[in-house]
Parts: sequence; structure tokens; C-alpha cells
Amino acid sequence: MPASKEQLEEIALSRKEYNLIVSRLGREPTEVELGMFGSLWSEHCGYKHSKALLKLFPTSGKYVLIKPGEENAGVIDIGDGQVIGFKIESHNHPSYIEPYQGAATGVGGIVRDIFTMGLRPIALANSLRFGPMSDPHNRYLMGGVVGGIAGYGNCLGIADVCGEIYFDSCYSGNPLVNALCLGIGRQEDLTRARASGAGNLVMLVGADTGRDGLHGASGLASRTFEEQRELRSAVQVGNPFMEKLLIEACLELTRTGWIVGLQDCGAAGLTSAAIEAADKGDSGLDIDVARVPRREKGMTPYEVMLSESQERMIVIVKKGYEDRVRVLFDRWGLHSDIIGTVTDDGMATIRDEGKVVAHAPVKYLNSPPVYRFRPKRPSWLDDLQELDFNKIKDMKPADTGKLLLRLLASPNICSKRQVFRQYDHQVGNNSVVLPGEGDAAVLRIQETTKAYTLVTDGNGRYCYVNPLVGGVIAVAEAARNTACMGARPMAITNCLNFGNPERNDVMYQMHQCIQGMSQACRRLKTPVVSGNVSLYNETRGVAIFPTPVVGMVGLIKDVKRRCTAGFKDEGDAVFLLGDTGDEKSLGSSEYLELLHGMVRGTQAIDLSAEKSLHDLLIRAIGRGLLKSAHDCSDGGLAVTLAESCIIGGRGFKGDLPAHGRLDAALFGEAQSRAVVSIDPGAVRKLEDMAFKHGVPVTRLGTVGGGRFILKGLADLPVNDLVKAWSGGV
Amino acid sequence: MKFGIVVFPGTWSDRDCFYSVHNICGQDAVYIWHKETDLTGCDCVILPGGFSYGDYLRTGAIARFSPVMEAVADFSKKGRPVIGICNGFQVLCEANLLPGVLRQNEHLQYRCQWTYLKTETISTPFTNKCKKGQVLKIPISHYEGRYYAGDDVIKELEDGGRVAFRYGTPAGEITAAANPNGALNNIAGIINKQGNVLGMMPHPERSCEDVLGSVDGNIIWESIIAGI
Repeated sequence: MPASKEQLEEIALSRKEYNLIVSRLGREPTEVELGMFGSLWSEHCGYKHSKALLKLFPTSGKYVLIKPGEENAGVIDIGDGQVIGFKIESHNHPSYIEPYQGAATGVGGIVRDIFTMGLRPIALANSLRFGPMSDPHNRYLMGGVVGGIAGYGNCLGIADVCGEIYFDSCYSGNPLVNALCLGIGRQEDLTRARASGAGNLVMLVGADTGRDGLHGASGLASRTFEEQRELRSAVQVGNPFMEKLLIEACLELTRTGWIVGLQDCGAAGLTSAAIEAADKGDSGLDIDVARVPRREKGMTPYEVMLSESQERMIVIVKKGYEDRVRVLFDRWGLHSDIIGTVTDDGMATIRDEGKVVAHAPVKYLNSPPVYRFRPKRPSWLDDLQELDFNKIKDMKPADTGKLLLRLLASPNICSKRQVFRQYDHQVGNNSVVLPGEGDAAVLRIQETTKAYTLVTDGNGRYCYVNPLVGGVIAVAEAARNTACMGARPMAITNCLNFGNPERNDVMYQMHQCIQGMSQACRRLKTPVVSGNVSLYNETRGVAIFPTPVVGMVGLIKDVKRRCTAGFKDEGDAVFLLGDTGDEKSLGSSEYLELLHGMVRGTQAIDLSAEKSLHDLLIRAIGRGLLKSAHDCSDGGLAVTLAESCIIGGRGFKGDLPAHGRLDAALFGEAQSRAVVSIDPGAVRKLEDMAFKHGVPVTRLGTVGGGRFILKGLADLPVNDLVKAWSGGV
Repeated sequence: MKFGIVVFPGTWSDRDCFYSVHNICGQDAVYIWHKETDLTGCDCVILPGGFSYGDYLRTGAIARFSPVMEAVADFSKKGRPVIGICNGFQVLCEANLLPGVLRQNEHLQYRCQWTYLKTETISTPFTNKCKKGQVLKIPISHYEGRYYAGDDVIKELEDGGRVAFRYGTPAGEITAAANPNGALNNIAGIINKQGNVLGMMPHPERSCEDVLGSVDGNIIWESIIAGI
């Protein structure tokens, strides 16, 4: 009997997709098969709306070892036989429904992606977006999300080292919760997520299977937000203690040689874990759901196959090693049960006490249709990109101090210490530069002189006004942050948060953002090694700002040659590297929104100037020339200077290069700039080096005293800056 | 000398402790699985930080029943040094090897930050290398770190010079603002009556290298090494 409209709605498949399944199978699917197709063909697992666009990303380069899609996370080679795997993933929809568990299980999921590969998870980062804190519901969401990240991550003993939080009303009904995990290990310990070798055993380890999280992939992640209110049962509940045991047991297991593959049960649970592993291994599987240990009675085969109960893994065990594997898991107090075998017939055979309930080719199940949409440039973009400066009154010089304090206190700029001090950012003995000290986190690599940086970035406002330029800037800013620490950018992961992909304007935003990001990735030599797509982020027809979030990893050759953002010593000379540009730099700026209530006007960026700046920063820091470096971004030059004072606990006295509008000079967000400080004796060296790199360099002033002085504009005690900056969120 | 580092399911500071006593201080170190009962060969036992058994019932409440804890109690009765850090401190309190309890932080939030510890006594195996009143920069990372005990116990600790460390300012002043969790009398660490068991919430194993921001944790390891 053909599936009913209600059945299809439940698993978010279209009638056309259903017909495709029938024609591939040559018959109607069984209930279990239909559930499996629904999950695997969901946007979350199957990327059917985004696959064609994702091909635009450059994915190879000097450091790349494992590319996107090949395994659970991308891997880069950092030399000396060591590798880093990292990936970012969204848990937006679950976090909106149940913020604590949604965020907690988001952390749990991304951590499993890393240790599944045989890499020890070392660092976490998270990129969050909420609606304004003036709305109590948004406060509740943020409190729950931060609590969930802290509750889960702290229990695992993985350092949560960096992240960002931005606020805008477009995120009120659509918060974004993107979690990144980074792991490190030896190249020879890398483990694949594949099922191969007929006769090998499929074991399920970790938690028992319950009814939680049914339809997480097909239901939550593939619908817009207003359809989700009744879907709380689709959110899973996390058990970080179980996850911690799994980490230790699996890392021990990956060093034994007893297994051929390891795969976590994430979205779509056992279905996606088993089918994806079988597909990667060009194999089939024969699984009996009656052998799956459950936490509740009366579960149907359909429910067992689609449950998203957390903290479960499947292990493909070499035949004959199953007892040893069981003893290993027993030692950690974890269940391990043989639920099936690997076959060579290419079929996914699912049984219930021996009776076949699903029998479909793995390749069919795992190849959803790929949709190509015609991106259409929305007509409102033209107007949005214009700024009529006749209508925007320039600020008065006398207001500089007041405006600076206001910007420093703005939720998007102020200190996020209230949040990050709830995360353990030091466990593991690797954290060299802690949250709030620099533009990126720096972690040393034990028993070497090397270190790496980690940073996340993504300005939704820029992308909304100009998705192409916004996409370029998302990557460029992450790379600039990386370079400000003295690190060479190596690769990125990204999380693409967009609205409903079935709308042409949303597809346009996505297409443009991806093109912009790709341009920047090519020019800055930071290929994409992993990522995730989160679509349908909209409520009542209003989509979020297109918000691609970039997570970047950079390499520092000598950890001693690193840099932080705070001013260091009295008398040091302060310089601006890069060009302040003109009034257009006010476009989409924090200042424009805060003071004039406007989100409009496009930013501009020149990738050659950007690259030159990074090369200069990396070289100057590598030579030990810079005492501080801080990227000029949200809030512009004045805010950047103020932050270097606050972080360093030092004053500043100097001039602003005056030209054109004062608001643009102070608070414009012209790209490709950084504020640095150096020993006064090194001025000539820096100027020579900047000249060679073709980077404009402007003397701004001197570090010293307890006040922040911009001659003729502002004269404030640094303590006032600290107070404004600390009191925000 | 040899440090024995106890590992409960859910412990995570074990590797950091190993790294600091072995790689930094150059001492032998072994992991001791919580089901083991033999501490032969160990000169000092470390109960590290983490979330033993997920801390689901109450921090340290289940870990105290692990087989290894009987051996740790015997070890301490022989007057040999035992140091419990963070979750390890909580386990020692639950196991009655130290008095008092560690309650949820006053502000009901997890806290990870640098703290400045004023050394209150230098006549212990853990602080004999400190100068009197020396301030140590060592970070905390906990949700349940607010030391609490009845008035009589607090009096006994104070009168007996058994408060090892207090949270203070970088200059060593003991102020309410410098107290990160609401602990009574700013108590960060205490010792038992015999003076051979130390419990402390801050993590000395995280502050043993310049590159990590402080080397003050080494003074505690060096004190233990000197006393063996």
C-alpha cells in the first residue's frame, strides 16, 4: 500500500521522492525501509539541497590529509607524524526546543565525530547567535545553551577554548548553536568509519536504545521552526559520563588492531551509522534489531532503527576478536553487543528476531536525490547595499568618549567572560592563550615546540547585506585573527546556517556566501576539510541572516613566538597596519546599527591586501617584533585600541589619522587592518618590513599611563573602558 | 620517587597530573585503576580532578566506595602523603579522610579561572618549599568547590593551623571579592590532623610551566618530593 500523506510528512519526504524510492526498489517500501530512506534522504544526512553548492569549496592543499565527506571529520597533517582532525556542527533546532539538552548533545555529537577517528578530543569551540537579551525567552535560551555546553563539555575534560556570541533580532526565533571539536593524534592511529570484510561483526556499544530523538534528522533539522513546537520528544538527552567512558574505551580500542571501523550513531541513529559505514566499505550488512539492548519495552524495529539515543557507537570487529573487544568495554563498564554481520551482497538486511523487516540496497539508501535550484537575486538587495550619507549625520568630536563606551558595552562587542568562565578552558595542559586574551586560542602541542590556533568567525550582518562579500570576510577575518597570533592559517571547517533552501532568495544567499568563502579559501590557502549545513532556520517566513560560521586552525612553529591582543609595556609604539578607507566602511557596522538603527551598506574587501597583512603579521611575530596584535573588526579602530588597553591593563595616548567623516575613522569596520604595538626601538624595522609587504603603516600613538587619550576627541580612565566592556552580557 | 595517580571512571585530570609530575618534575608515575587495591611502591597518592562516576549522585559519593579507596585510607593511616585535587578533594571528604564538604558554588555556576592562593602553613609535606605567606597562582575549575563545615570543625581547622591555602588577591589579601565560590573563610585547601592528607580545589597540575601561565604548582610537587 502506498504511504499516506501523513506518513510522508512525518519523515519529511515529498511524494516525488517517495515515487523515486518505489521505482528504485521496484516495489513499495516496508515501514522500516521508508523510515530509513526518510532519515538518510533528509537534508541533515543527505545534503540534498546543498551538495551541488558544496562542490564549489576548494578542498585540497598542502596540509590536507582527509577531505570533507571522506570520514567523520577532516584531517590535516601538522608534521612529525601528528595530525589534527576538526569539524563544526550545528544543533540549532534542538537547542531552540530544549536549550540545555540541545546544546549538550550538540557537543556530544561533535566530540564523537572526532574520537571515532582515533583522535583524542583536545579542544572545543562554539559559535552562538541569539535574539536580543531584552526578551526573557532569549535569556532563557542563552542560559540553557551555555549551561548545556558547560555541563557536557566540562564533564568530558575537553578544554573549551574559544568562540563567539552575537545578538540580533533575526535569531530570536532561531538561535544558532554551532559546536566545534578538534582532536589530535598520530597518523598511524587514524581509524576509518567503514564496514568491510564479509563475516566481520557489527557491535553496538555504549548506551541502551530508547525512544528519544526519533525523527531528529528528518523531523527537526528539516523543518522550519514554527513547525517544531510539538517536537520536544525529538530532542535527545545527553549523558556526558557515558561519553567520557566511550572516549577512553574507543581510543584504547583504536590502538589494538582488532577492528576495521568505528562509527558513531548521530543523526538518524543506527540507520545512518550502519548504512554510511557499509556504503564507505562497499559492503552490505545483516542486522537483527532484536539484539539491540533497549531502555524501554515494546519498541518497534522502526523505532530501534531511527532512535537517536546518545552515546552509542557501532564497531566493526574483525571476526574472532569479539571476545577481546567485549572484555575491553566491560572494563570501562560499557555494554557491547553483537547486532549483526558485514556481508558482501551490498544489501541492508534488517531483521526482527530473524524475520526480515527491511531489505534494500545500501547504495540506494545512501544516494538521495540532489536538487539544483536556480538562485535568484532578491530585488531588495540593491537598496540594502546603498548608504545615503546625506541622511546619516556625522558624530560630534565631543561625543567620542560617550560613543566609545556605548559601543564597548554593546552585547556584540563586550566581554564574554561571564560565559567563558563557565567552561573549563585549561584542562589538558595545552592552553597557552586563554579566552579573552587574544584574537584566537593558542594550544601548544606537547613534547614539541609547536602550537596551533583555533578561532571561529562569521558575521551574519555582512552576509545579509552582501552575501558574496560577507562570505569572503568570514574566512578573511578568521585568517586575520589567526595571523594576529603569529600563526599560519592551515584549513577551515564551516557550518552553513541558512533559511529555507526551497526559496530562491535563500539559495541565492547560500550560493553567494559559498562563492565568497571559496574565493577567500583559495587566496588565503585555507581549504575546507569538513563542515555541516543547517537549513530551514526560519520562523513564520522570516529567515535568519545568512550565517556561515568558519572554524580555522593555524600553525605556530615556535610557541615562544606568539602574540596576544593586550598592550604590554609603557612607551611601546602603537601602529595601524592596513588602510582605513573611506566612509563606506560604516556599511553594516555595529556603530550604524547601534546609533542609527540601520543594517545596510556593503563592506568591501581586497583579498590581496588581506593576504599581505597576514604575511606581514606572521613574519613580524615570527621575528619577535610585535608585542601585541589585535584585528580591527566589530566597532572599528577606536574599539580595537580600547580593547588592547583593557586586555593589557595599560593606557594609550595618540591621534587618529583624520580624514573624511569622523564616525567612519573611529568606528568604521574597514577590513584588512590590525593594531599592533612594538618596542620604540623597533619602529624602523617594522616600517621596512611593512613596506616590503606593501602594507600601509600609520603611527597612532604610545602605550602608557592609566588613561585612554585620543587627542581632541576622548580622554577617559582605562577603568571606565573596563567597566563598560565588562558589564554587557 | 613514585606518584600513584588514581583513575576513577570519569576522572580527567589524571593525564595532566601524570604530565606535570613525570614530564616536568622528572618523577616516576603510575596510573592506578579504581578497582586496584595495591599501592605498593607508591610514595605519594594523587586523587585527581574530574567527574568520577559522572558526579551524578553527589560529587565523590560513589567514588568513595571504589576498592582503591580502602587502600588509600590504609596508605594515609601509615602517615604517607595523599593529595586530592578538585574532585579528589571531594572524594577525600566523602571518604571521611578530611572533614567538611564541598557544596555548589555560591553563584550556582561553574568557574574556570586563575586564583591566587595564600599559603597559610609551610609545615606540611605539601608546602615545605613555600615561603611563609607565599601567594601561588593556580587555576580552579569546578561547580562544587565551596568548602563548608560546622563551626566546631572550622574552629578546629583554624586553631590547628590546618588551612593550607586560602583564596586571596595577587598581593595575598584575603577578601570577599577574591573568593571565587563562597567557601567559608576563603578556604581553598585543608590538611588532616596528622598532616599527611591534603585536599585542595585548585589545580596545581595545570600551573607547572611558563608556557601555561604559571609555574607555581611545581612548588607543591617539589615539596612532596623533598619530604619523601
